Amino acid sequence: MEITPEQKDELRRHGILLTSLEELYNWGRSHSVWPLQFGLACCAIEMIATSMARFDIARFGSEVFRPSPRQADLLIVSGTVTKKMAPQVVRLWNQMPEPKYCIAMGACAISGGPFKQGYNVLKGIDRYIPVDVYIPGCPPRPEALLNGLITLQAKISGQSISGPDAPRHLGSADSCEYPVPEFGGHDLEPPKNPDLWQPPAPARAPKP
Amino acid sequence: MIEASTDALLPSPGSRVRPVRDPFHGDLLEVSMGPHHPSTHGVFRMVATLDGETIVRLKPVFGYLHRNHEKLGESTTYLASMPYTDRLDYLCSMTNNWAYALAVERLIGQPVPERAEYVRVILAELTRLLNHTCLAGFLLQDCGASGTPLMYAFREREKILDLFESLSGSRMMCNYQRFGGCRVDPGAHWLAAASRVTEGYGRFLDEFEALLTGNEIMMARTQGVGPLSAKLAVAAGVTGPMLRAAGVAYDIRKVDGYGIYPRFNFRVPLGEHGDTYDRYMLRILEMRESIPILRQALAEIPAGPIMDPKARLRGLRPKAGESYGRIEGPKGEIGFYLVSDGTPNPYRYRVRPPSLINLTILEDLCLGRTIADAVIILGSVDIVLGEVDR
Amino acid sequence: MNPAMETPEQIRDRLLARFPGAEISLVPNPAPGAQPSLCVGAAHLREAAVFLRDDDALRLDYCSNVTGIDWPKPGHLEVVYHLYSMALRHGPLVLRARTGNRADLVSLPSLTPVWRSCEFQEREVFDLYGVVFEGHPDLRRLLMWDEFKDFPMRKDYVEPPDYEWEPTAHDAVAAKAALQHPAAAAPSPAPSPEKT
Repeated sequence: MEITPEQKDELRRHGILLTSLEELYNWGRSHSVWPLQFGLACCAIEMIATSMARFDIARFGSEVFRPSPRQADLLIVSGTVTKKMAPQVVRLWNQMPEPKYCIAMGACAISGGPFKQGYNVLKGIDRYIPVDVYIPGCPPRPEALLNGLITLQAKISGQSISGPDAPRHLGSADSCEYPVPEFGGHDLEPPKNPDLWQPPAPARAPKP
Repeated sequence: MIEASTDALLPSPGSRVRPVRDPFHGDLLEVSMGPHHPSTHGVFRMVATLDGETIVRLKPVFGYLHRNHEKLGESTTYLASMPYTDRLDYLCSMTNNWAYALAVERLIGQPVPERAEYVRVILAELTRLLNHTCLAGFLLQDCGASGTPLMYAFREREKILDLFESLSGSRMMCNYQRFGGCRVDPGAHWLAAASRVTEGYGRFLDEFEALLTGNEIMMARTQGVGPLSAKLAVAAGVTGPMLRAAGVAYDIRKVDGYGIYPRFNFRVPLGEHGDTYDRYMLRILEMRESIPILRQALAEIPAGPIMDPKARLRGLRPKAGESYGRIEGPKGEIGFYLVSDGTPNPYRYRVRPPSLINLTILEDLCLGRTIADAVIILGSVDIVLGEVDR
Repeated sequence: MNPAMETPEQIRDRLLARFPGAEISLVPNPAPGAQPSLCVGAAHLREAAVFLRDDDALRLDYCSNVTGIDWPKPGHLEVVYHLYSMALRHGPLVLRARTGNRADLVSLPSLTPVWRSCEFQEREVFDLYGVVFEGHPDLRRLLMWDEFKDFPMRKDYVEPPDYEWEPTAHDAVAAKAALQHPAAAAPSPAPSPEKT
């Protein structure tokens, strides 16, 4: 028998809670996302501001910033990832247990941002680790980070826990680990993880 | 401790440390703190060698936030570098703007209108309040007072950020100052709001100090920890509150008298012991001195243009030459050294980073202390990695 | 305000009197109000620095800023020191030193034994420009990783080819993109139907 959401609400008003395993599981996952206490650059200051009294990230269940990646669910890449820092970021990501999520906060973490042309700047953390939510801005306002968190929660709530669309950690492959780049003579080796990221195809020819 | 000879001012060579593997005394322990560590204020890393819990060697490792500021500065125009300076020391964008504007104004001989000079002083002192408040919060966080002082600090920071935002459109990256003035006029409402923040700040400081300054744990953790001698401070180029906490009266606002600072009557607080407590206390005292400066500037600010009407921003091509502009930033001497070859881009664009140079003596301060003290000493140096690594 | 310091000309004359035969020249600075700088040959750089620091009338005890500059045109690397006096509250005096060329004669005496504040800044110049400072207590790369081989702040540094195409109005950026994405440099194809 099919139960519509309206009927479910009606039942809840009468004190009867109907749920599915999927709903319960996603509800639990999405409302206690513990971020890693990990700041990279300017955006980290706004991340700290988000956790302070005025913006109060605790309203969304994410105030528990964990210093250890082993206890964290969410990696907020808050700032410019330099090539010297990229292996450490990937290593931190690998050390986090599944289920884990990644938010690229700010223009630098997304693409290198204003520092994109720098010789030591990684042009986006999605070259090495999968990113769930991108928050543009330089730096994004605390409200934007909160919106990014809500977006992430909505994304988690919408996941089905079985079938082909199941989240990464419920799959059979041990996909938790990603290759860590190494320092080369001129650049990181490899400069990107080709399974995750390919350069975008040009949509328009540059001027000759 | 520090002898008169120059050798003692040099970094301690590794050979003075006993070998890492030593079956008789026990092995030394190498601890790599950072780049991901909650107490290193960003992506700073220090490699500490420990004998038990005592530090016998400590080498900082930099570059985890080296985002090529100087190279980018050489590949863009003079004006286009202004937003980049915001991101150097991202707590103090207004003073970074000023230092850069000063260097370019010296390079091209650009005068600044009176009103803009006042606005710059107001913004610089607000930035000083903001930076020192945050520093005190972070330092207390490092001492183990997790949460509360930092919450208080950020509550006040938001008030100043609201001022910056209503003036420049951005909370942190203000990009407000220009060569020959400032971007927009603050207006009477803004000045009244700045007055309100200024008048309320003394009360906040009283509250903050009541919580911390006489706190027994705070005193036990910081007094006598990491004393810095005046001689070593001068030799190592330490500037800003760290230098004055060591007892050297050198404040660029007084020494250079840039802008209109000679018109202001303020005192330069000095420390006596140069330890971590002095460094904390000095920042509190500096904030107390900033408030009368702000009061005077807000009362005296004249009407007039905010920008020199003859100032040229776009298409600026300074004649060949070089200039060095420095101001007293909240962290120390922030300077910009520009070499022009007559093209629209600087030939060489160099930032003199106070945070990096203040770290020169980190090892000297930490030797013989425990690893927990190193965290506090680093917290009292006041670094921002965007500026250390650039 | 700063008490008056001797002019760079007077300082040069006193240095020449103290170290006869040293290569010391004045480098003019045409910027408004800026003073000329002193260029000292590598052979006498360390002695001249000690003199500037210890002389009673100068007492330039504070080396504020160390800058590396690459000059491919005359073909040398230059290191610029900005000196102030905290004791007498004057300055700056700008001191420059030049290497022989940009390839093999790139060493200069380190001034870290004179001013401790040069320690990290000289490491940075070594890292980004490749100037070898002799007598530096700990000359390693400061900002880049140890395995890095290039000197990225030199004017002829070539970035690794990880350039990604982006819609841009900058010709220089577009030219770089065309090098690395030759397909994109070809005349633009007709807009594909599914992208409308």
